[in-house]
Amino acid sequence: MKIANAIFPWAAGLAVLLFAVGLPIALVTSPPDYQQGETVRILYLHVPAAVMGEMIYYAMASGSAAYLIWRHPMAGLVAKASAPVGAMFTALCLICGMLWGEPMWGTFWVWDARLTSTLIMFFIYLGYIALGDAFEDPERGDRAAAILALVGVVNVPIIKFSVNWWNTLHQPASLSLTKSNMSGEMLLPLFLMMGAYGMFYVTVLVIRVRSELLAAKIRNARMSQIAGNEAAQAIG
Amino acid sequence: MSMTRKRRRLYFVMLGLLGLGAGTALVLTAFQDNIVFFFSPTEVAERHVTPDQRIRIGGLVEKGSVQKNGENISFSLTDLSKTMTVQYKGLLPDLFREGQGIVAEGRVDPSGVFIANEIMAKHDEKYMPREVADALKKSGRWKEGEPMPGDIRPGNAVSDGLKPTSETPVTPVAPAAPAAPQP
Repeated sequence: MKIANAIFPWAAGLAVLLFAVGLPIALVTSPPDYQQGETVRILYLHVPAAVMGEMIYYAMASGSAAYLIWRHPMAGLVAKASAPVGAMFTALCLICGMLWGEPMWGTFWVWDARLTSTLIMFFIYLGYIALGDAFEDPERGDRAAAILALVGVVNVPIIKFSVNWWNTLHQPASLSLTKSNMSGEMLLPLFLMMGAYGMFYVTVLVIRVRSELLAAKIRNARMSQIAGNEAAQAIG
Repeated sequence: MSMTRKRRRLYFVMLGLLGLGAGTALVLTAFQDNIVFFFSPTEVAERHVTPDQRIRIGGLVEKGSVQKNGENISFSLTDLSKTMTVQYKGLLPDLFREGQGIVAEGRVDPSGVFIANEIMAKHDEKYMPREVADALKKSGRWKEGEPMPGDIRPGNAVSDGLKPTSETPVTPVAPAAPAAPQP
């Protein structure tokens, strides 16, 4: 938590800065695409949201694994706190993607491998959140949800490689470690937005973990108070 | 004691993920035909699709083949080894044009013509400003529908699965020699 407290102001500051610089470039000053025209701007919101949705899933699954195997309570908290952020980014990715698909492909939605597997990830996020809250005993809920997160991790590489393994309506990746099919003027806003989303995640994660810790403290205090009252009644 | 328990849980989780991954891989391979979004004209010919089957076909709109008669459109769809005639009535997506990769949904009629109910345009993975595209075309280093200059990854097609296997990547023409240094 010490490290989290130390990086928190930096992450929050960077998130604000990157959004402040990235959004105007992405939405106003960057050049329109030679095929898509202005519609390309949706990409700067859509692609980083997709990347974050998948990265946060991996974070959530790693946290869940550490929680299940080593009973590491902090890892479990990080996984739990990540889920709504990941679900939000996945939803943003799906919505932006649909708004782009309508003018470009001629349809909001198709059941191709990429879109379907992304939708499945969104549902697993929702299922994880719901399952964690579905038990009387919070610890049992956390464990059940952690198992679901681990089962769902199989889906994430499928999202990534769906466009290479099967023919899909969705286009293959424009970027990889070794090559780019994107001009530099468009990469700049894309990377700025990715950085902004990433810092936003770190910021929200710290806030959520802090409040989860506080909630646990309150629960414990209440429990000991109830236990104390009962003990007092038993004596009296 | 608790050490071994942790060990056991670790192995259990790893084995579980391994089994799950293998199972998923098997299922996905078994359902290969249902997961692909479209068939190429060659695959349609190989599969003997009957007129009552609704399918999607994908390929490139052949250059010079588009005929518009009011709302009725007909064009040839090719995977560069086999070609099908497609008939369609309705609105076309913005990116529909000759040479573009598209996906059509509909049926094959007994004469072998594809009657489409819906047409979707495929977008490729290339993004650049118009000026850059124009400059590349002008200098002859790139033509629409081809891989970007400098990109020699095999199979990096406009739309994977549509490209012929025989096509060799375009090697970029060396940029004009820099002006001689001033004396």
